[in-house]
Amino acid sequence: MTTTTPEQAKTPAPPPAGGNGRKRMRIDLSQYGILAALVVIVLLFQVLTGGRLLYPGNVSNLIQQNAYVLILAIGMVMVIIAGHIDLSVGSVVATVGAIAALAMNNWGMPWWAAVILSLVVGAAIGAWQGFWVAFVGIPAFIVTLAGMLVFRGVALILLTGGTISGLPRPFNAIGSGTLPTTGTPDLLTLGIGALASVALVVQQLKVRNDLRKLDLPRERTASFVFKNAVAVAAIMYLCYLLAYNRGTPIILIILAGLVLAYSFLLNRTVFGRHIYAMGGNLNAAMMSGVKTRWVNFMVFVNMGFLAGLAAVVSTARAGGAVASAGQGFELDAIAAVFIGGASVQGGVGTVVGAVIGGLVMGVLNQGLSILSVDAAWQQVIKGLVLLLAVAVGFARRGRSAR
Amino acid sequence: MIDQDVILSMDGIVKEFNGVRALDGVSVAVRRGEVHGICGENGAGKSTLMNVLSGVYPHGRYSGTISLDGQEVRYGSINDSERDGIVIIHQELALSPFLSIAENIFLGNEVQRGGVIDWNQTNLQAAALLKRVGLDENPATKILELGVGKQQLVEIAKALSKEVKLLILDEPTAALNDGDSAHLLGLIDQLREGGITSIVISHKLKEIRAIADTVTVIRDGKTIESFPVEDSEEIETRIIRAMVGRPLDSQFPDRNPQIGEEKFRVEDWTVHHPIDVDRVVVNDVSFNVRAGEIVGFAGLMGAGRTELAMSIFGRSWGTGVSGRVFKDGVEIQTRSVGEAIRHGLAYVSEDRKRYGLNLIGSVVVNVSAAALGKLARLGVIDKHREYSVADDYRQKMNIRTPTVASVVANLSGGNQQKVVLSKWIYSGPDVLILDEPTRGIDVGAKFEIYGIINEMAAQGKAVVVISSELPELIGLCDRIYTIAEGRLTAEVPRAEATQEELMRHMTAARIGSGTAARPESAQTESARIEGAQGQ
Repeated sequence: MTTTTPEQAKTPAPPPAGGNGRKRMRIDLSQYGILAALVVIVLLFQVLTGGRLLYPGNVSNLIQQNAYVLILAIGMVMVIIAGHIDLSVGSVVATVGAIAALAMNNWGMPWWAAVILSLVVGAAIGAWQGFWVAFVGIPAFIVTLAGMLVFRGVALILLTGGTISGLPRPFNAIGSGTLPTTGTPDLLTLGIGALASVALVVQQLKVRNDLRKLDLPRERTASFVFKNAVAVAAIMYLCYLLAYNRGTPIILIILAGLVLAYSFLLNRTVFGRHIYAMGGNLNAAMMSGVKTRWVNFMVFVNMGFLAGLAAVVSTARAGGAVASAGQGFELDAIAAVFIGGASVQGGVGTVVGAVIGGLVMGVLNQGLSILSVDAAWQQVIKGLVLLLAVAVGFARRGRSAR
Repeated sequence: MIDQDVILSMDGIVKEFNGVRALDGVSVAVRRGEVHGICGENGAGKSTLMNVLSGVYPHGRYSGTISLDGQEVRYGSINDSERDGIVIIHQELALSPFLSIAENIFLGNEVQRGGVIDWNQTNLQAAALLKRVGLDENPATKILELGVGKQQLVEIAKALSKEVKLLILDEPTAALNDGDSAHLLGLIDQLREGGITSIVISHKLKEIRAIADTVTVIRDGKTIESFPVEDSEEIETRIIRAMVGRPLDSQFPDRNPQIGEEKFRVEDWTVHHPIDVDRVVVNDVSFNVRAGEIVGFAGLMGAGRTELAMSIFGRSWGTGVSGRVFKDGVEIQTRSVGEAIRHGLAYVSEDRKRYGLNLIGSVVVNVSAAALGKLARLGVIDKHREYSVADDYRQKMNIRTPTVASVVANLSGGNQQKVVLSKWIYSGPDVLILDEPTRGIDVGAKFEIYGIINEMAAQGKAVVVISSELPELIGLCDRIYTIAEGRLTAEVPRAEATQEELMRHMTAARIGSGTAARPESAQTESARIEGAQGQ
């Protein structure tokens, strides 16, 4: 559908601000839609739980218990943008968790070596699946469905049905520990929060300044200030809650690093651009010289690597390995990605969106547990939220396309 | 001769998208039993108008009135308009490839009793309909086995099965070869005899001239004029003038060729079919292009033109490729697309939506797609430069878009093509291969694209143009190779090139070998995709 008007056509400079203002607003809305949903869900549970959701201890728990979804969602969003899916990550988490536990308790490896081994094994499993998808050309759905069965089986074989617990303390700290504290309130946590706030505002100002230089449409100043004020307030409130509990969870630092690194990878690097290009039109990407096989392969290697990391985090959090670990993780991650605005057809999605989607799932988990809602009903509610989130996204996209 | 009463009138139709007026008071009156041509540049609003008529945009989403047989109609969906006998056949055919001809004809309208399909009746009725459209095929044949031309006929048979009164054809011959086009036009003529009114949207003015009784010209969402058509040159001139708002002195911009040394040479190039590996699709082809020269390739559909180009461009098509490629006299390897690009080759596909564009991506992302390396350091893209490059091309190529951040799917065909050209020009090629560079785009944009092609040649690049439109090749090229059944059959200098001469060479091998000129585009198409995926 062509909506270009001749008036716009003849103006060589960027068109009048009016039309763009509208466009800009719409883009903002769709980006903040998920964030708004998260805020609404947090507030809702805050009320329903009589304020218990945001108890300092619960916030710390929420982060540590749901870290695995966020880590997996980052890998999964890349897989989904590339136009694939990965059903095996839950089983991979179980297998890698088993290997990590065996390495420490039976093979006498120090905890840090076990962590490195886990990441390497995860990446190797990813390479195995990536080989079938990228070089043999078998659809990822099939390859990873097979992987789901195979690696669940491998986990069972490795653990022979039992569990391994009593893992080294430093290892467990990855999942449930915090950075050293200075007492209550923890000044380190507050300091990290202040630093993050400053970094965020500086970065936002830089982006805005760049837009000005390029004479591109920008947000209105008021909205920009408001947005940043809210973000800073949220960061500082989170740090305040953590500072009055046990300090900064180690996993929070890891997560922040991952979000920054992978956002950069997807937005700013050639590799990231190639992933979007392949999801948008595989043939066109191929005909533009993108090494599609290689990119597909690397996307799966990366997914495996992050599954390895998720295995470390969830094994450490649980304090031991069981063969049934990670059950349903793949569905949590996929749900997070789609709640975060990715498209089933590929080519669309963001790391930040996927992480927010993961937080929506996490807050639901946490809030429903605090309310001691029956586990069966929890599933029903989470399923409906997924459907609703995607339906809202659909309706919005449909309307703007008309 | 023609009944004077009006079957369809659309009055003052206004349709807005997000505040932009795509239609700004269009009025069309179609008389019963005529063939009514609608012309206009891409983006003029023709397709939008047809979508309003057929109920794709339901009543209430537009303003103005539509009357059928003097009665005002308010369609809420396509089903409503089809019930009244209005059937639209879109440019992109809407057939299900794995179903048979008969199943497709009656899809959604099955011959059934209590939900159980009567296959005998289905096939019988389908056979009768196929006879009416002059398609000699078994109704049980699957669609994917048919070429585009035959698929088009199946679409018409499907329309006839719905007791069509008003048939709307959107660019019906855009993807057809000359033989199939002629057959289709003959069929429309025949339907007119049978009392069916047709609306034909076309860029091909020769066709409008040949088949239409009346033509309505739309520009910028407004009706410019509507007048009866007779078969003459003046009519074409008049339509063009109305379409572009100015007389088009020449269809081709002036050019003063500065031809230098040989830039690009291909020797003994042979390519086999990717699935049917014994079949030779390109047979021992050798050609060369000099710096600053524009060389044309003329051939019928299925002659192997695209296969030749794609196999040279990084083995994107076919298997068992043999032959040698030279640039500036030095042999080069082009085993992958990346390698071909590094050696300064660029290939603009005939199918921009399939091979050229990331439709959900912005103009920026598309323009930079083939040359990200130039914009990146250590794998990190300089987004400022990327944006300025895209904006530069927007101005240089006159890409009509609100901003370069706009999604390419929202641009018109001509502007999309300019985005693809920008992408490849930015890749800095020495050899530019253009496959049907003006397919499906309007007169004004064509002129601009010819200008761009000339500019590339003036910069000393070697330019290859593959085209089905012979006047285009004659108007543009310094030299034209003809290709038939995978072999080069002639090399014709510009001075000697006439349509008749070219056509004689294009059909030479076919007459010699006695096979019918059967289009095999559907097969080559699917094979091509698999070939590309095996890449």
